[in-house]
Amino acid sequence: MNRIVMGDVACAMGAIDAGLRFYAGYPITPSSEIAETLSEMLPKHQGIYLQMEDEIGSIMAVIGASYAGFPAMTATSGPGFSLMQEAIGYAAMAEIPITIVNVMRAGPSTGLATQIGEGDLMQAIWGTHGDHPVAVFSPGNVREFYIYTQKALYWAEKLRMPTIVLADEVVGHMRQNVDFPEPIVIPERTLPNVPPEKYLPYATENGDVMPLPPLGKGYTWHVTGSAHTENGFPTIRPDKVKELLDRLNTKVQRHRNELIEYETFMLEDAETLVISFASMGRVSKGVVSELREQGYKVGLIRPFTMWPFFKDELSNIVSNVHPKKIVVPEINYGQLRLLVEWALKGFDIPVIGVNLVNGDLIPPEMIEEAILHG
Amino acid sequence: MNKFDVSVDTRLCKACGLCVLVCPKKVFELRDEDGKSVPVNALACIGCTQCYQICPDFAITVYKKEGALA
Amino acid sequence: MVNENDAEASFVPMSSAPDKWLRKEHLPHIWCPGCGIGTILRQVIEQFTKLGWKNDDVVFVTGIGCTGRASGYVNAQTLHTIHGRALPTATGIKMARPDMHVVAMLGDGDGVGIGGNHFIHAAKRNIGVTAIVVNNRIYGMTGGQVSPTTPQGSKSTTTPYGNVEPSMDVCKLALGAGATFVARVHTANPVYVGQIIGRALQHDGFAVVEVLSQCPTYFGRFNGMPDPVQMLQWFKENTFMAKSPEDEKEGKIPIGVFKDDKTTPELSKSYRNLWEA
Repeated sequence: MNRIVMGDVACAMGAIDAGLRFYAGYPITPSSEIAETLSEMLPKHQGIYLQMEDEIGSIMAVIGASYAGFPAMTATSGPGFSLMQEAIGYAAMAEIPITIVNVMRAGPSTGLATQIGEGDLMQAIWGTHGDHPVAVFSPGNVREFYIYTQKALYWAEKLRMPTIVLADEVVGHMRQNVDFPEPIVIPERTLPNVPPEKYLPYATENGDVMPLPPLGKGYTWHVTGSAHTENGFPTIRPDKVKELLDRLNTKVQRHRNELIEYETFMLEDAETLVISFASMGRVSKGVVSELREQGYKVGLIRPFTMWPFFKDELSNIVSNVHPKKIVVPEINYGQLRLLVEWALKGFDIPVIGVNLVNGDLIPPEMIEEAILHG
Repeated sequence: MNKFDVSVDTRLCKACGLCVLVCPKKVFELRDEDGKSVPVNALACIGCTQCYQICPDFAITVYKKEGALA
Repeated sequence: MVNENDAEASFVPMSSAPDKWLRKEHLPHIWCPGCGIGTILRQVIEQFTKLGWKNDDVVFVTGIGCTGRASGYVNAQTLHTIHGRALPTATGIKMARPDMHVVAMLGDGDGVGIGGNHFIHAAKRNIGVTAIVVNNRIYGMTGGQVSPTTPQGSKSTTTPYGNVEPSMDVCKLALGAGATFVARVHTANPVYVGQIIGRALQHDGFAVVEVLSQCPTYFGRFNGMPDPVQMLQWFKENTFMAKSPEDEKEGKIPIGVFKDDKTTPELSKSYRNLWEA
């Protein structure tokens, strides 16, 4: 059934349909409608909504609730996302599933509180200190906001790690007529297949960390942000620390093929390849389709998974399509471009950035100009 | 015949001396070599458990003879 | 030692708490000789035993610092979180699982320094968490820097000329923010510490027990009390039983239960009323 829905509301609906039972957050434009919607919906689904004292409290409450067995998420924008960084590392180290939705606005600092930016890509991937696993998804329209909120919640639980949804102000606030797909449901926690005395919370099963058991079922284990052994207790033994960090830092790569999603559009015989994410991906699609109608050989890739990056896939596409140049429009000073350049190291193809941060979407003419004359 | 007994786990004792401070019957002494507590006068124990309650190192156990009045 | 002439079975330990509630394989603990945290932890697990709680019904949450390490030694569901954030984590746990006994053990820096805002709001919400604030009046783990509760004039590695700032009163803060059980005790009377913690654990709402504790290594050494025995004597001589943290007596520190309000609803339960509606 089609409905006209705002992006932030679709995010909340996606979360509820996936089985979300806990949300804690702090109001911040342009994400507040997610909180407002969930404050209304969660109590109707045996869930909890909490407005915390700040974003640090919010993400820690989310970690606590998730540990206690309630699928949990928070939503914020740049300033709040910055405050959450330490806790993202904790969730990664302690392997507690959480999802953070960042509806990006222009930064740095307070920046443009009510206007679009896409400058948090690097922070989403590498924001917390130390090397850590994280998956980052980015929707470009209302329907995708619904879908990727669910995928983020799903993969957080599946891989026991933080996942991030990078939307932006336009995706969050635009209203679209949407036909919502079948929901992706968060996996339920089950009892480990070993008795409590043999349970090791950080042991692996087919290379993945064991699932978290529900509370109050006889399992008592220790959770820490310090380096630890399989039993969860702190260690400084170099071999054990290495084992842990190696495992954490290969977690995402081990599942890259399942995690990576992107859309290709009119790639065949494309001489110019446009790569763009979030709202600019949608704008770019419009530009590409218009130019195709005019007979220009131009194609588009919209990545939905920003991390793990679709490095191998991109280099395969480029090997097959042989574009003469690549254009990367984004509302920042070249964060996605840097990833593209890294992915295409060894190809002698110019990567042209279309960058403008002034509170608006980049005008289609600027993208067209870069495609035709850049 | 004593009704109570005390033991100190010297693996856990860190020689702070708080048991010596709180014991009303002078049961403990800190030994010369490493300052750890030894219940040299365990026969005098009256089972008040103050040493057990205060020991920060979980090193002390107080025993009661079955049937003895606490 | 147990007299070998007696049948060994005839002498039984007067408490069996260590076996059930301590992760003995991780002892000896990391705390310095004479540190008060071990004494307080002993009292906490004594109360768990007395209350007859099950290990997997207790969620024991700590932050960072000397007190932060307490969670590793308790045989319960334990979380060693990040600095200052034990209370919001505990809040999330309690909201999800009101049937769990959620206990947070905080240091003074962890609880009312970096975590001060969370402390205020946990009190304001009346979330059913027992907050045991181990106040040793210094940052121990990092080497003895000034803390929010370091008395004015006291020395630390970062107040070499004496602390210029006034200190913070944990109990007044808790009362002002709306905590429904507030008490202050000190480690020179461990049995009383246990009694009060026992009441706090049974309180249905946000309960704060501030435990004045000794850090002989830093606070004591810098302030003329390098021996834990001296510090405990100082507690005995410089505290008095009171009804309010506002009470005054010769500049001494008030001790006692300052609030025990059983009427204010606890948050995780009152929120569930929305589920019915």
